[in-house]
Amino acid sequence: MGPLMKRIAAKASALKIPLNAHLDVTWKCNERCIHCYVDHGAGGDMSTGEIKSLLDQLAAAGTLFLTISGGEIMLRKDIFEIAACARSLRFDVKLKTNGILIGEREAARFGCLGVREADISIYSWRPEIHDAITLTPGSLARSIAAILHLRSQGIRTKIRTPIMKDTAADYPGIQALADELGVMVRFDLTIAPRLDGDRTPLELGVSSDALKGIFRDRRIAVNVEEVCAAPPPLDAQVLSEQLCGAGHAGVYITPQGDVAPCVQFPMVCGSLRRNTFAEIWRGPRFLRIREMRLRDLPVCSTCSNAPICSRCPGLAYLESGDFRGISSLDCKKSLARTGIATPPMRSHGAAPPLAAPDCTGVRHGGG
Amino acid sequence: MNDIYIARSSAVAARALEEEMVIMSMRDSTLFTLNGAGAEIWSAADGRTPLGEIVRDNICAKFEVEQDAAYADAEAFCRALTEHGILRLSDQPIEPAG
Repeated sequence: MGPLMKRIAAKASALKIPLNAHLDVTWKCNERCIHCYVDHGAGGDMSTGEIKSLLDQLAAAGTLFLTISGGEIMLRKDIFEIAACARSLRFDVKLKTNGILIGEREAARFGCLGVREADISIYSWRPEIHDAITLTPGSLARSIAAILHLRSQGIRTKIRTPIMKDTAADYPGIQALADELGVMVRFDLTIAPRLDGDRTPLELGVSSDALKGIFRDRRIAVNVEEVCAAPPPLDAQVLSEQLCGAGHAGVYITPQGDVAPCVQFPMVCGSLRRNTFAEIWRGPRFLRIREMRLRDLPVCSTCSNAPICSRCPGLAYLESGDFRGISSLDCKKSLARTGIATPPMRSHGAAPPLAAPDCTGVRHGGG
Repeated sequence: MNDIYIARSSAVAARALEEEMVIMSMRDSTLFTLNGAGAEIWSAADGRTPLGEIVRDNICAKFEVEQDAAYADAEAFCRALTEHGILRLSDQPIEPAG
């Protein structure tokens, strides 16, 4: 994020303006990715009229950056009407899609509408691996074709790759594929529990050893020294920081019109079928999230890795139902980055116990 | 003095954030912010109102500046935005973009 974007985001956060909105228009999908967190069978998607009304409300609330996602967005017959409405309201529109229904004609329509960005999910550069994750034969070839179609329309197209246990060796190949296609790539180490709390997808996440290597791989890490540095002191300033941008300058809306702080923090704060967006955004559940600071977290506020931790309140919420709790995935990441297994991490089973008590002469519980 | 007409490009995203205008260019993904006076000109750039009228009604009236000096600054500002592709400029009224 550049300095101007940082300033704008901080200003929006201070003013409580939902600058970034992530809208899932459907959870239906034409792939069956093994790690996916949404319920493809959930019905009750908002109608075209409901979505247009929402877009009006988001524009009035100050949203500029709109991500249209799913499920698979192309399964909505009104997707171009939604995109056109968003553009007429001068949103900056980004699409998240698997691309397999985006041919030359569809890409041209999005290009004409002024869609600026599109993210396409690619899991491996090897068809047999990618297609085994999507459970959809031929999907890699079609996603790559969509990348080329979108790019030819001047749409800034990006590959998004969650790195998983079975694809941990593939990311250099994906980087090479992105270079060949002339697009950017963004790797993600987070595999989230399903929105219903089912933790099965977590088993697909990369191992701690693999994480250590990835954080130190100069082919993809921008600044290894910074990412893997020892944490600065856990002082009063750090403890007074907000948890993240979710609910401050960011918001998530489900296909059914439920409003939550973030796609990864699906704590429903209200329904657009009962209240206006402004009422929900100013309502008590969002206020509670906004008031929360690191010092209010019973475990994380005592962890010396906290100043560098990417702790996600949403992952904590999905893990225990309490967004003030720990996110063991983020504990694993901070351990991989710093190499420091802190006592709070050990006592909550988020880091292995000390191997030999006589190393320190102190007994540590948990583990 | 020949007046000019200005219209916001359709190839942008834009939103007011308090007194400033945040603009994203679709052309090259550049982010711009316009301050109070710039945001006033941007908001009034409907393609039909001459720049002189915009300066008189939206700048001189609100920021206590002389018309001639303000017009010169506003014209330079508009030409700079045009070079970035986020504003259209013409010596004739501009039809709304499709």
